[in-house]
Amino acid sequence: MSIWEYANPKKFMETSGWVLPWVIGLTALTLIPGLVWGYFFTPQAENFGATVKIIYIHVPAAMIAINAWLMMLVASMIWLVRRHHVSALAAKAAAPIGMTMTLIALITGAVWGQPMWGTWWAWDPRLTSFLVLFLFYLGYMALWEAIDNPDTAADLTAVLCIVGSVFALLSRYAVNFWNQGLHQAASLSVDKEEHVADVFYKPLVLCIVGFILLFVTLVLLRTRTEVRARRLKALEARERMA
Amino acid sequence: MIALLFRDMRLAVRAGGGFGLGLAFFLIVTVLIPFGVGPQSEILGRIAPGVLWVAALLACLLSLDRIFALDYEDGSLDLLATAPLPLEGVVAMKALAHWLTTGLPLTLVAPGLGLLLNMPEDAYFWLVVTLLLGTPALSYIGTFGAALTVGLKRGGLLLSLLVLPLYMPTLIFGAEALRRGADGMANTTPLFMLAGITLFTIALLPFVAAAAVRINLR
Repeated sequence: MSIWEYANPKKFMETSGWVLPWVIGLTALTLIPGLVWGYFFTPQAENFGATVKIIYIHVPAAMIAINAWLMMLVASMIWLVRRHHVSALAAKAAAPIGMTMTLIALITGAVWGQPMWGTWWAWDPRLTSFLVLFLFYLGYMALWEAIDNPDTAADLTAVLCIVGSVFALLSRYAVNFWNQGLHQAASLSVDKEEHVADVFYKPLVLCIVGFILLFVTLVLLRTRTEVRARRLKALEARERMA
Repeated sequence: MIALLFRDMRLAVRAGGGFGLGLAFFLIVTVLIPFGVGPQSEILGRIAPGVLWVAALLACLLSLDRIFALDYEDGSLDLLATAPLPLEGVVAMKALAHWLTTGLPLTLVAPGLGLLLNMPEDAYFWLVVTLLLGTPALSYIGTFGAALTVGLKRGGLLLSLLVLPLYMPTLIFGAEALRRGADGMANTTPLFMLAGITLFTIALLPFVAAAAVRINLR
């Protein structure tokens, strides 16, 4: 019994079909209370007023946006090394989700920045690197769309994902070097005492867990769709041959 | 390898006019800038270094799809892939040929265009230095992008979407080194970072690009 068993599409479909309702339920159980708690049962923060509530969407979305790319990177490497099709399809499935999360983080950030910083957009390192990340997602998805042969597409996008990761990291340091930041430092961390106040912290953690589960749900759903689309294509091809 | 280098350079210079096209594009973009922002010389002088870097980058982008496309169409890329010379070497030479026919001429004409934009005097030296250090990275990254899109019929637009995000660190460090140098500040850090990126891309990207070409030829 090893994890690679789930690389078999049939096994993957069985297991994910069984797991999916549970993950959906858990997502609803964490995300809805988290957001309701955050929006209606937390006090308004000093200096920030009600705008602080945007944190419950902004921070989890931003975390998912970065980690979705990491997941794609791992899935791409697994595809390149072990040639498991499910892995390549999972990377393909995660890209639009990551892009949407990047967009959500950018938009909620802009909505928050307008009253707080007095501007929708500033060329701050964090903002800029998120915009760059958004462009990387766009390029990755465009390459998937452009190539007809699915295996070639999977190979080339995997290579692009790996090279892109290196350059995305490089861009992150480059923009840090290039401009001073307006964005506040991290408000969460595992080891340091730099958390936001407890009243905001608890619902935020609940929201983050909810967003992670939401991401898992969406990736599973989209991967299942991709596997089915691939099967459909194979069936059509077989029919044409017959 | 040398023969291949000369062959690619001859093709770039003689066939299809891709050689002059990049330079002409560089000139036109630079001429368009004053029309866009107005003819006041102090504004132009201030933005000139950045504008020249961006224009050079775009001019570099223009000729990228020629690196592999013609060879792919007439089948010589298949021959090169099966030749005794490793494909990594072929790719590296093609990137070098692209730099010699695009990046280097751009670097040489850039000071002339700086005159048009009323660039401050201290900036000329740094303009040439940063472009000389940075444009090889543009060629090598671009070769990787071209390798990804070899088999596509209309890869040009996709190529720019793929390559431009990869160009960002090079542009940031190049333009930053130039700006600091022009203002008389210390610019060794961005200069070293720029040189580092260039060396890194020259050393590693031919391998990745060759892998992409192999996938495309499969």
